[in-house]
Amino acid sequence: MTIEATSGIEHHASRLNDPAKLKTRYASEARFRAYGIIALGIALAFLAGLFFSIISNGWSAFLQSEYRLDIYLDPAEIDPEGKRDVTRFGLADYTKMARAALSKAIDLPEKQDRAMKRDLKELLSRAVDVQIRDTVVADPSLIGKTVPIWLLAAGDVDSLLKGAIDRNVPEERRQLNNRQLQWVDKLAADSVLQKRFNSGLFTFGASSQPESSGLAVALIGSFFMMLTVALLAVPIGVAAAAYLEEFAPKSFWTDVIEVNINNLAAVPSIVFGLLGLAVFINFAGLPRSASIVGGLVLTLMTLPTIIIATRAAIRAVPPSIREAALGVGASKIQTLFHHTLPLAFPGIMTGTIVGLVQALGETAPLLMIGMVAFVVDIPTTATEPATALPVQIYMWATSAERGFVERTAGATIVLLGFLFVMNAAAVYLRRKFERKW
Amino acid sequence: MKYSAIVLAVLVVAAIAFVVAIARARAAQQGGSVKMHSRIGYYGWYAAIWTLLPALFLVFVWVVVEPIGLSRLIRAELPDNFHTLNAAQRSLIVGQIETISEGLSLLDPAGLDTLKKARLGFKPMSEAQQVLKDQGIVLGSAPEGYAVTAAVKLRDAREWSRMILAGLVGLVVLAGFAYSISSIRPRLRARNFVERVTLGGLIAASLVAILTTLGIVLSVLFETIHFFKLVSLSNFFLGTVWDPRFSAAGSGGAEGQFGLLPLLWGTLFISFVALAVAVPVGLFAAIYMSEYASQRVRNFAKPALEVLAGIPTIVYGFFALITFGPMLRDLGAMVGLNIAATSVLSAGIVMGVMIIPFVSSLSDDIISAVPQSLREGSYGLGATQSETIKRVIVPAALPGIVGAILLAASRAIGETMIVVLAAGIAANLTLNPFEPVTTITVKIVSQLTGDLEFDSPQTLVAFALGLTLFIITLALNVYALYIVRKYREQYE
Repeated sequence: MTIEATSGIEHHASRLNDPAKLKTRYASEARFRAYGIIALGIALAFLAGLFFSIISNGWSAFLQSEYRLDIYLDPAEIDPEGKRDVTRFGLADYTKMARAALSKAIDLPEKQDRAMKRDLKELLSRAVDVQIRDTVVADPSLIGKTVPIWLLAAGDVDSLLKGAIDRNVPEERRQLNNRQLQWVDKLAADSVLQKRFNSGLFTFGASSQPESSGLAVALIGSFFMMLTVALLAVPIGVAAAAYLEEFAPKSFWTDVIEVNINNLAAVPSIVFGLLGLAVFINFAGLPRSASIVGGLVLTLMTLPTIIIATRAAIRAVPPSIREAALGVGASKIQTLFHHTLPLAFPGIMTGTIVGLVQALGETAPLLMIGMVAFVVDIPTTATEPATALPVQIYMWATSAERGFVERTAGATIVLLGFLFVMNAAAVYLRRKFERKW
Repeated sequence: MKYSAIVLAVLVVAAIAFVVAIARARAAQQGGSVKMHSRIGYYGWYAAIWTLLPALFLVFVWVVVEPIGLSRLIRAELPDNFHTLNAAQRSLIVGQIETISEGLSLLDPAGLDTLKKARLGFKPMSEAQQVLKDQGIVLGSAPEGYAVTAAVKLRDAREWSRMILAGLVGLVVLAGFAYSISSIRPRLRARNFVERVTLGGLIAASLVAILTTLGIVLSVLFETIHFFKLVSLSNFFLGTVWDPRFSAAGSGGAEGQFGLLPLLWGTLFISFVALAVAVPVGLFAAIYMSEYASQRVRNFAKPALEVLAGIPTIVYGFFALITFGPMLRDLGAMVGLNIAATSVLSAGIVMGVMIIPFVSSLSDDIISAVPQSLREGSYGLGATQSETIKRVIVPAALPGIVGAILLAASRAIGETMIVVLAAGIAANLTLNPFEPVTTITVKIVSQLTGDLEFDSPQTLVAFALGLTLFIITLALNVYALYIVRKYREQYE
């Protein structure tokens, strides 16, 4: 290969002294250099475009339109028998109370026809019912009083305030009619309707309405999975790497293991999902959609990454350290646990974080094991159904409503934020503990 | 009795063994006048291992064997007509028995009485169902009498099995404890024992990787064989129509068409577009960074390119879906081209950007590894920098670069989330890059999400597709790693 290449140059050299050619050669040099800059520019421009698109679509998801309404918690409706029975509280029509409070805030007449009632109701999120009920259940002594409560606005109102609904569209094709627009403007002018920090994005579970759906289930699910990966993949990965690097004899079998690990690192992640479905769910009978299964699949997937990183870290510890330890009478295992592993620790940590980052962003294998689920209740153990952050992004991305596009981009920002923090931690660890031997 | 309780008890005894053994070893030392073979701590670990490992092994065996034995037991209990039902109905009944037996512990005496009467035919079964429902145990339909009988048997058998296990574990733990404590004496080679066990643990950990590969191959292969019992090989490998239909319950549903070719074509087409973006951009970026760029540019550009590799693929998919696809469609409309919002082009380009770092960072390493003497020889003959790159460096680095490109291709073929969101779901055999196509990975996802019967070809086909994917990517990886390794040896 090299010999052919050089002979090409020799052939070329006979023409090198031609001054007429020099200009074109310099021009081609400049062009070639420009190609490199353009290539780099394209990649970086795409990166910038991606971040711009996500952030411009998603920053508004961190704000949510809410009404501050004075709700009269009517004892006749909530607790007619006066027994303070919590199960009875669930039967009351809280939406009616919210509607009454809203109509008062707009100064509408007491007597309303059906169309007006419907228009009013459409301005409120369907979740207000639960919001008021939760307030009552949390403090039953409020019954009979008028209390100020922040209530969610409907998704369309939220979109209007964020400028996603065009007011110039003819009324019959617009999500909100003229009367509703007027009301919303009045409420916004009176500061009854405000955009506030959207804590619901982090505390709600799944919902069919964008305004009351949140990432809580996904965050908890991802947390359990990361915990499983950290508890399983790190010890197994470090042990495997230590064996291969320090003990394994050079034999056919260690070669097989080596090639195997390198190949596993490049197996498409979706294949790990098939493995999880066939082995953990169908064969071992573990529950579908549970974060423990997701954690196991991700463990197998990140194991090669952690093994490869740990081996590099162990290799970077100079042999003199080992020889010194062995020289004063330590056994090989003692050398490993007392000297080599502690010195390789920063490198192992960095590799572990890289593996966790990969696991946190992975979606495809989780789809296979049924993590695409509509989970409303926040899971408390790793065997309950849950979703994961990237899976939640996938589920929202496939919903049609405009409000969900915003939520999806918001969730993406949250995911990227986590990844950024973890990567920054890895870089920090590397800088802080990096050792030149 | 639960496994977790048993394991916890074993751990507690092991901790006690650790402490007792250390105390014994101290005593044997006689204030330092006797020289021990190992340091004191090793005697503690010695006892802890003897107490813990055999018991944990026993529990593990139980976890594997118990379900098999119990399911045998239930099946023997069921009437003959059960065996004439089809697989789906059978698994439904077995599931029902499992649910009832778990619910039995929640029932009060009155509830149990109702259940007993219903089983013997004195009360309707719907009442038994209601009793269970009050405790939060929901059954799809009223159970048959024999199901309740089997459930009671199952519960009793399980309780017995756990009692026996607890007894056996107790014996093993005590035996290990007694043996290890009594064998502690100054000449006991405790460290050697502990180190042998540790080394065994390290070896076991490195075998996990092998087991994973084996698990992938066997599980996928097994289901694929199952699939080919229902659908012919030629239907799958030579079919040009992908139309699996939905599986109607019990019909067997083998009338769908499972042609691999449109999916394979879609996969290759999108990967080709991706490589058409990633190879020139990645290669030129790598050349620029390793040959031209100043240290400052390098320090900024290299991590920035690596960020591209760190972004989760679902984010790329979402970007292609909401921004890039519509943008391409609008651009196309401006020049009179009809580009679908989900098309080969948009999925391919976005995927190409994703794999740029795979091409660039490996190529960068490879180009930097070309010996400086080759460059200097070329400059000495009067060649410009670009001529040196084109005629010396790239040809010298070519095998490595090809390896990098093959690795990138394998990434592109196995990529899922970008194509799921941005490539479409219709299986088209088309040459038009402006139309949507679908890929192998997309179909694996769509055949396996949602509630499906596991024995239907509609579900099993996902495993056949997975095996195809695994083999293609494995072949690419093995070949690429071989080339890269061979190339590295060349200049070492």
